Amino acid sequence: MLSQHLVILPILIPLLAALLQLLPWGANPQFYRRIIGLVSCSVLLVVSALLLITSTEGAQVYALGSWQAPYGIVLVADRLSALMVLLTAVLALPVLIYACHGEDNLGSHFQALFQFQLVGIIGAFLTGDLFNLFVFFEILLISSYALLMHGGGKLKLRACLHYVLLNLTGSAIFLISLGVLYGITGTLNMADMAVKVAALTGDDATIARAGGILLLVVFGLKAALLPLYFWLPQAYAMTTGTVAALFAIMTKVGIYGILRVFTLIFGAGAGEAAMLGYDWLWWLGLATLAIGGIGVIGSRDLRLVISYLVVISVGTMLTTFSMGNERAISAVVYYLFHSTLVTGALFLLVDIMAKQRGKTASRIIKGRKLAQHALLGVLFLISAVTVIGMPPLSGFIGKLFILEAARTGAQVALLWPLVLFSSFLVMVALARAGSRMFWHTFEGKAAEDKSPAGQLVAVALLLSGAVLMTLFARPISAYTDAIAHDLMHPQSYISTVLHQSGGAHE
Amino acid sequence: METLYAVTVGVLTACSVFLILRGRSFPIVIGITMLSYAVNLFLFSSGRLAIDQLPLIGKSETYTDPLPQALVLTAIVIGFAMTAYAIILAVRVRGEIGSDEVNEPNHPDSEGSR
Repeated sequence: MLSQHLVILPILIPLLAALLQLLPWGANPQFYRRIIGLVSCSVLLVVSALLLITSTEGAQVYALGSWQAPYGIVLVADRLSALMVLLTAVLALPVLIYACHGEDNLGSHFQALFQFQLVGIIGAFLTGDLFNLFVFFEILLISSYALLMHGGGKLKLRACLHYVLLNLTGSAIFLISLGVLYGITGTLNMADMAVKVAALTGDDATIARAGGILLLVVFGLKAALLPLYFWLPQAYAMTTGTVAALFAIMTKVGIYGILRVFTLIFGAGAGEAAMLGYDWLWWLGLATLAIGGIGVIGSRDLRLVISYLVVISVGTMLTTFSMGNERAISAVVYYLFHSTLVTGALFLLVDIMAKQRGKTASRIIKGRKLAQHALLGVLFLISAVTVIGMPPLSGFIGKLFILEAARTGAQVALLWPLVLFSSFLVMVALARAGSRMFWHTFEGKAAEDKSPAGQLVAVALLLSGAVLMTLFARPISAYTDAIAHDLMHPQSYISTVLHQSGGAHE
Repeated sequence: METLYAVTVGVLTACSVFLILRGRSFPIVIGITMLSYAVNLFLFSSGRLAIDQLPLIGKSETYTDPLPQALVLTAIVIGFAMTAYAIILAVRVRGEIGSDEVNEPNHPDSEGSR
């Protein structure tokens, strides 16, 4: 009986946990809230793994309240959604373990906000309805507004104000695009809209294209594509390490939106609205890649460097996606998984380093020796090797897939130099940061406060993801190939959603 | 009626874009509020404009689309919450930083600090 409801469980578990955490828990509430949060994240991990296993047999459709698509709202767990949910769970557990060592006491209700954030992210991955996607976006945004302010401070305020104002405008644009698309197609269900958009001709198709481009703007804002990325470096660099690590998945929500909508609704089979925005994505993605490289080399703070690494990864993924072939999409999904885990690990690691360095924090200058110098140095080396894309770890394999996906001469001529040169800039920046912070230390006493073992374990867990992705690169790439095949051939998705036999539950 | 409606939405949107591009937080919040009004009106019209029609099938020959009304209701609720948060944040920024400028003014002493 429970297996029928498997699709909605990843949304319900964090939601219930958050509600429980809000209850008054007596004299020492944080203890109980931490336990609830950790249990919720562990259960989430198990459930999303189950979801991934069951979704290999085909997309699962869950009609909320048994209202069938296209009239009711459906949740759809196909391979891509299931993988994204699993990624969220894999990231959330170590980040929460890290946060439970004191950082959640910096502000009130961190634990509940964390769970609400998970509800929003997972809901956005699972929903099959565009307006429902908007609602889940708002859930994740409003908890992210509060999380971004976690811990307080003047510097955070301004970055948070930029973030909030930009995203409020983005939400308005999202609604306008939904209005345009609903006005033309008369539906909000993604699968149904894909059928309707493909049949449009003439002026109607033009209006649908306008709506589609507006959607691209919104997803581009979430993903931090070039003209819309300016909020990201400050916001990620100013906030606390845990929140930044959790936000490693936030830009991926935008990328998921683009992957889903621009293959399903505006993909190759969309009639007059086919391949909408792919040319824009190609040039803007390349420019994002270049700007990210410049940002990485120009930053004097390690947190800022990592924030620009997020920008680079977004540019890489969207450029690759815009090539629009199966190999490219498979490469994007592999790279997405890898880059989320490694940026999360880096944000946490820099947070540990900043705490042990004391006054100099994460600025790339000569500072005192760290308390756990050798251990942190090794962790930094591993994560740097992964994120640069040097052999043997997952970054190398991810970049190899991406370079291999470029087919035509123009693609190779533009993509290869930019990806390779930005990797080179990242290598220079990280090598400089590493040598300044680990080798050029002041003589004299090292810092004394060692970090709790749990925090180091959290970083190690995230990095072990990179190692596992290297060891199991073949089965994982087989899976991402299947995802890419699904996305390039959306007919099976559409028919599963629209012609499901009976209710997904009783 | 369609023309009047379209002009109203257009003027509201134009004014809100002007206000959002200002450099101080208060006009921006007002602009975002106006933009959400414009968006709500626009969403409402996406089910086509009809006067004196019930959103029920079978009661009369023609009917109006109930879905945009539900969408607008959701959008209003979310918009309210978001605007409230933006106002509180703007007030905090004004209180703690002492200026309602959205961007940091360029001081020569903060040059090259990042």
